[in-house]
Amino acid sequence: MNQHANRIDRRFAALKAAGRKALIPYITAGDPAPAHTVDFMHACVEAGADVIELGVPFSDPMADGPVIQKACERALVHGTRLSHVLEMVAAFRERDAETPVVLMGYLNPIERMGYAAFARQARDAGVDGVLAVDMPPEEMGENAALFAEHGLQSIFLLAPTTSEQRATTICHHGQGYLYYVSLKGVTGAATLDAEAVGSQLASLRALTELPLCVGFGIRDGATAAAIGRVADGVIVGSALVGRIAERADTPETIPQALREILGEMREALDRDVRA
Amino acid sequence: MSRFSDLTQLPDASGHFGPYGGRFVSETLSFALEELDKIYASLKHDPDFQAEFDRDLTHYVGRPSPLYHAERWSREIGGAQIWLKREDLNHTGAHKVNNTIGQALLAKRSGKPRVIAETGAGQHGVATATVAARLGLECEVYMGAEDVERQKLNVYRMRLLGAKVVPVESGSRTLKDAMNEALRDWVTNVDNTFYIIGTVAGPHPYPMLVRDFNAVAGREARRQSLEQIGRLPDALVACVGGGSNAMGLFYPFVEDEDVAMYGVEAGGDGLATGRHAAPLTANAPRGVLHGNRTYLMSDEGGQIADTHSVSAGLDYPGVGPEHALWKDVGRVEYVAADDHEVLAAFRELTRVEGIMPALESAHALAHAKKLAASLPQDKHIVVNLSGRGDKDIHTVAKIDGIEF
Repeated sequence: MNQHANRIDRRFAALKAAGRKALIPYITAGDPAPAHTVDFMHACVEAGADVIELGVPFSDPMADGPVIQKACERALVHGTRLSHVLEMVAAFRERDAETPVVLMGYLNPIERMGYAAFARQARDAGVDGVLAVDMPPEEMGENAALFAEHGLQSIFLLAPTTSEQRATTICHHGQGYLYYVSLKGVTGAATLDAEAVGSQLASLRALTELPLCVGFGIRDGATAAAIGRVADGVIVGSALVGRIAERADTPETIPQALREILGEMREALDRDVRA
Repeated sequence: MSRFSDLTQLPDASGHFGPYGGRFVSETLSFALEELDKIYASLKHDPDFQAEFDRDLTHYVGRPSPLYHAERWSREIGGAQIWLKREDLNHTGAHKVNNTIGQALLAKRSGKPRVIAETGAGQHGVATATVAARLGLECEVYMGAEDVERQKLNVYRMRLLGAKVVPVESGSRTLKDAMNEALRDWVTNVDNTFYIIGTVAGPHPYPMLVRDFNAVAGREARRQSLEQIGRLPDALVACVGGGSNAMGLFYPFVEDEDVAMYGVEAGGDGLATGRHAAPLTANAPRGVLHGNRTYLMSDEGGQIADTHSVSAGLDYPGVGPEHALWKDVGRVEYVAADDHEVLAAFRELTRVEGIMPALESAHALAHAKKLAASLPQDKHIVVNLSGRGDKDIHTVAKIDGIEF
């Protein structure tokens, strides 16, 4: 593997070689307060996270359910802004040079910072990928090239309702991995059907060699393992953020809580490899 | 040909008005928007669809709405002649019904049994609940909790019409939060739900189709001006929140270079205070919210700013993308009227002409008054009286210290 390849590509290549599945936690930066975020990121890695999706809080998270909406509100109370999130990534990089970090959120904070300034600062901080849920590939325009020049991979969403024509476009523009939204609805909703997800992923494999990771509806070891059997990775968001919310008044207990649930998922995902 | 003819060709195929507009949505919604695009493209020039739309506008809405010469008010001001496009006389009391009639027909063609809407002042919610009642569609309306409080009358109207009104407690508890919640509903129930957006914002194709359905007011006003004034007016004035009534009035005049246009935003406590809802007038930076790129009030970190206006219907941090372009190319001049001027205009029109305007429409009246005073008596100004003020009696009474 090319030493200069993006951390995300390197990580997925290593996982593939080992026959393992990616465990991708999502946490909202600044929740419950900015001082804790870097510790939480390290706790995720200790529990076996392969990639970290770090949420950039936004005042109007219209694709998110109540759990992540409230996380954004808690983070924004402390004034957590995109520039602070980039500082957190830089601080994380002081102790972890390898775990890929993807910024996830909405477009407006990037739009307001300016794409060129954002790309430069994100690269300098050690960000590897960007997933703005309200920026489909058709709207990226010249920013796709700008991000690429700065070593930032553009991660896109795919949904059960995505037409084959759009899926082809998204697969063509996608980098790093594809985030398959397993359910209709906002984050944190309902339960998912691993079998149906499996058959949908099978048809996507004909369109792309990118790793297919599944988010929405993964809450414990059992759901992680079920999805791990059909996908290249699982993304867990609301289940983690919910635990952070429960412990918002005792943030010192949160790293251990994150280690427990992610550890359970890691173990469940790896059990299938050994079997 | 006019130097503004290019403006009639927009949006482009991908839904952009120059640098504005577009379709900035989560992938989960792309399918529904593509589907809506196809349905509308197939019906836009379908004579049967247009005939059905026109029939409903005539016999259900009561169109055409009059163009009324406010002679006494014009005389008192002592300048240009003010004409009122009486959208307040439409069924349900505002221009909003033009669009909901159109979108309800699209919902019917799409076969979806449920409609949802966001609402600020409640006029769009009432107009949606009305067409839903008529077509037997299930209807849910999202409304900011603060607006539920200040627009109680419309909330009860919607409930009488059979709609479920959902108060939205998140964020600033106003129109933008109602739109967030409606989008969340749509993402979840996209299979059986049609989202009736109430303004010329949102992801493509909404800004285009809401404009097209509202443009009936401008077409009528243009024809009525030729008949009643004997020529086109010198200026058009309309209030702008998202901008649907202004777009409806302005669009058919866009190539008429000699017709000046003024879009009046909500100045709130005054632009200098920062407590307003006037992204165009205040030159807010470009941003992305609710599926489109436009002028958008946000802080330095890109968080959406809290807005303020005495009128719930204009209390929105963004504006339709076509207005954004029209500002840049200089086709429309955007100005703001503050709450104080608006309340004065509300009282003045009520007293002098016996017409009680919606507080939204009173923004247009406040600017029209200033404009008229600056022009000679042989000039003519058409103001979109986009809604009636019954719904605002509580708000005004409260300001007067009266409780019912």
